[in-house]
Amino acid sequence: MKTSRLRTRQSYRLRLNRLLGAISWWSIMLIVGAVFLYPFWWMVTSSFKEIYEIFAFPPTLLPRVWQWENYAAVFTFQPFARHYVNSGYIAVLVTLGTLMISSLAGYAFARISFPGRSILFLMLLSGLMMPLEVTIVPNFMIMRTFHLTNTHIPLIIIPILGTGGILATFMMRQYFLGMPSELEDAAMIDGLTRVGIFARIALPVARPALAAVAILTFLASWNAFLEPLIYIDDLAKFTLPLSLRGFTDQYGQPVWNIQLAATVLAVLPVLLLYIVAQRQVVESLSRSGTKG
Amino acid sequence: MNTPHTAQLPTAPAVGEGQRAKRLTLAQRDALYGYLFVLPQVIGFFLFVLGPLIAVFVFSMQERNLLSDRVDLAGLANYRQMLADPLFGKVLVNSLIFMVGLVPLNLAISLTLAIMLARSSRRVSFFRSIIFLPVVTSAVAWAIVWNFILQGEQGALNQLLALVGIRGPNWLGDPTWAMFSVILVRVLKNVGLNVVIFVAALQDLPRDIVEAAEVDGATRWQSARHIIIPFLAPAIMFVTIITVIGSLNVFDHIMLLTGGGPSNATMVLAFYVYHAAFRMYEIGYASTLAVVLFLLALLLTIVQWALRRRFVYSEN
Repeated sequence: MKTSRLRTRQSYRLRLNRLLGAISWWSIMLIVGAVFLYPFWWMVTSSFKEIYEIFAFPPTLLPRVWQWENYAAVFTFQPFARHYVNSGYIAVLVTLGTLMISSLAGYAFARISFPGRSILFLMLLSGLMMPLEVTIVPNFMIMRTFHLTNTHIPLIIIPILGTGGILATFMMRQYFLGMPSELEDAAMIDGLTRVGIFARIALPVARPALAAVAILTFLASWNAFLEPLIYIDDLAKFTLPLSLRGFTDQYGQPVWNIQLAATVLAVLPVLLLYIVAQRQVVESLSRSGTKG
Repeated sequence: MNTPHTAQLPTAPAVGEGQRAKRLTLAQRDALYGYLFVLPQVIGFFLFVLGPLIAVFVFSMQERNLLSDRVDLAGLANYRQMLADPLFGKVLVNSLIFMVGLVPLNLAISLTLAIMLARSSRRVSFFRSIIFLPVVTSAVAWAIVWNFILQGEQGALNQLLALVGIRGPNWLGDPTWAMFSVILVRVLKNVGLNVVIFVAALQDLPRDIVEAAEVDGATRWQSARHIIIPFLAPAIMFVTIITVIGSLNVFDHIMLLTGGGPSNATMVLAFYVYHAAFRMYEIGYASTLAVVLFLLALLLTIVQWALRRRFVYSEN
C-alpha cells in the first residue's frame, strides 16, 4: 500500500519534471532561434525595403512594397558584378591549388616513409598555431618587393602555400592514415608507381576528405577580409567582403537597403552550399575549428 | 633535403640495360617520391610562415616605415617604445578583457545549447542548423547586420529594450559597452562551432545513467551538473584552449564593428598590429607588437600541449 503510493508519487514527480523540462526547453530554444534567425530575417527583408521603412518604428516584419530595384542598384552603385567574379575565381583557384598540394603532401606524410618525415611534419604543424596577424606584415613586404601588391596573386598563393594549406595537409594526412594498406600493396604488386598509386588508388578513396578540404578552403577564401583589405587598393580588384563596405553615402553612412541587398547576394552561395551539404559543411568546419 | 637519395639522382641514368649499382633501390625511390610530394607545401611553409616569422623578429629591431624604403637599425628601441607606450598597456588589458569576457560566455552558451541539443530528432537538428548558420556566414555580413541592430537610437536591440522601458546605450559607440558588444557579436557568430564539438562528445554519454538519475528524481540541472559536465571534462578543456587561442586572433569583428574605438576601448593586440602597420605605417613597431602576439600564442600552445598530455585526451 505504502510502496505503491510512493511509486505513484514518484511517477507523478517524474512526469512533472518532464513537463517542466519540455516547457523550459521550448522557451529557451524559441529565444535562441529568434536571436540566431532574426539577423538573417532582417537582412533579407530590409534588402527589399525602402530606406525610410528600415527605420520605421514599430519595425515592419515584411516590406510594404517589395523594392526589387534595390538589387538592380547594387550593380550600378559599385562594379559589384566584377567583385563577385573576383571573389569567385580567386576562391576556385585557391580551392583547386590547395586540393592538389595538400593531398600530395598529406599522402606522403601518411603513407610514404622517408627520412625526416616526422620532423618535417611537426615543423609544418607548428605553423598552425600562428595567428594570421603575426606574419601579415612581412608577407605584405615580400609581396611588395615583387610588385605583387594590388594584385590577386597574394590572395591566391598565400592561402594555398601558407597556413591554410598546412591545415588542409593535416586533414588529408589524418584521412590517409586510416586507409587500408592492402589497397596499396596490391597496386604495388601490379607494378603501379607511387604517382600511379596516389592518383588512381589513394585520391579516389579520399573523396570525403577532399570534399571537406574543398569546403573549408572555399569558405575561408570567399569570406576572407584582412588579406584583401591589406593587399588590394583598386576598386576594380576588390573582393566581396571589401565591396560590401563600400555601399555608403557621401558622409560615409551605409545606404542600408542597397548594402543589405549586396550582402544577401554575397552570402547566398554560401547559404546554398550549407543547405545542400549541411553535414559535410559542419564536419569540415568543426574539424578545423580554431575560432574564438 | 640533402640526403644520399637525392644526391644520387643525377648519376642515375635512364632506367634499363642492367646498369647495376647505380639504380636506386625501391625504398630509396619511394623516399624520393615522398620528398617530391611534400616539397611544395614545405617550400610554402618556409616562404609564408617560417620566413615571415623570422622577418618579424628582424623588423622588430629596425626602424622601418611603410612609406619610405629607408631602413635603420634600431636595436631594442622599438621594445623600449612599446614599454613606454601607454596605448600598449591599454591594448594588453583590452586583450585580456576580451579573452576573459569571451571564453566563459562562449563556453557557457555552447555547453548549455549542446546539452539541450544532444538528442537526435527533427526539431533538434533544426535548431542545430540555425545555430551553425552564422559560422558559415562571412564576418563582414554578420557585422553589417549587427552594426544596425546595435545602433544607438534606431537599433533593433534598443527598440526592443524600449518596449520594456529601458533606454539602451549606444552599444558600439559607448566606451563602456563597446567591448561587451564586440564580444557578444563574435560569440554569436562562432558559438555554433563549439556546440558541434560538444554534441559530438555527448554522443558517447551513457544515456542509461542519466535516465536512471532522472528516475531517482534528479532534476535536469542536477544530472547536468553531476553526470554530463564531469563526463565532458576533457572536451571542455579542449574547447577552452582552442577558444582562448582563437580569441587572440580577432581582427575582423573589431575592424568592422568599432575600428578599435571608441577612444581605443576595443583596441586589442591583433588589431593594434594592423593599426600600427597599415594606419601609422610603422612597420618596425608593428613587428614588435607582432612578436608579442606570437609569444602569447606560443605560450598558450605550450600550455595546451602540456595539459593535453596530462589529461591524455584524444581528439577522436
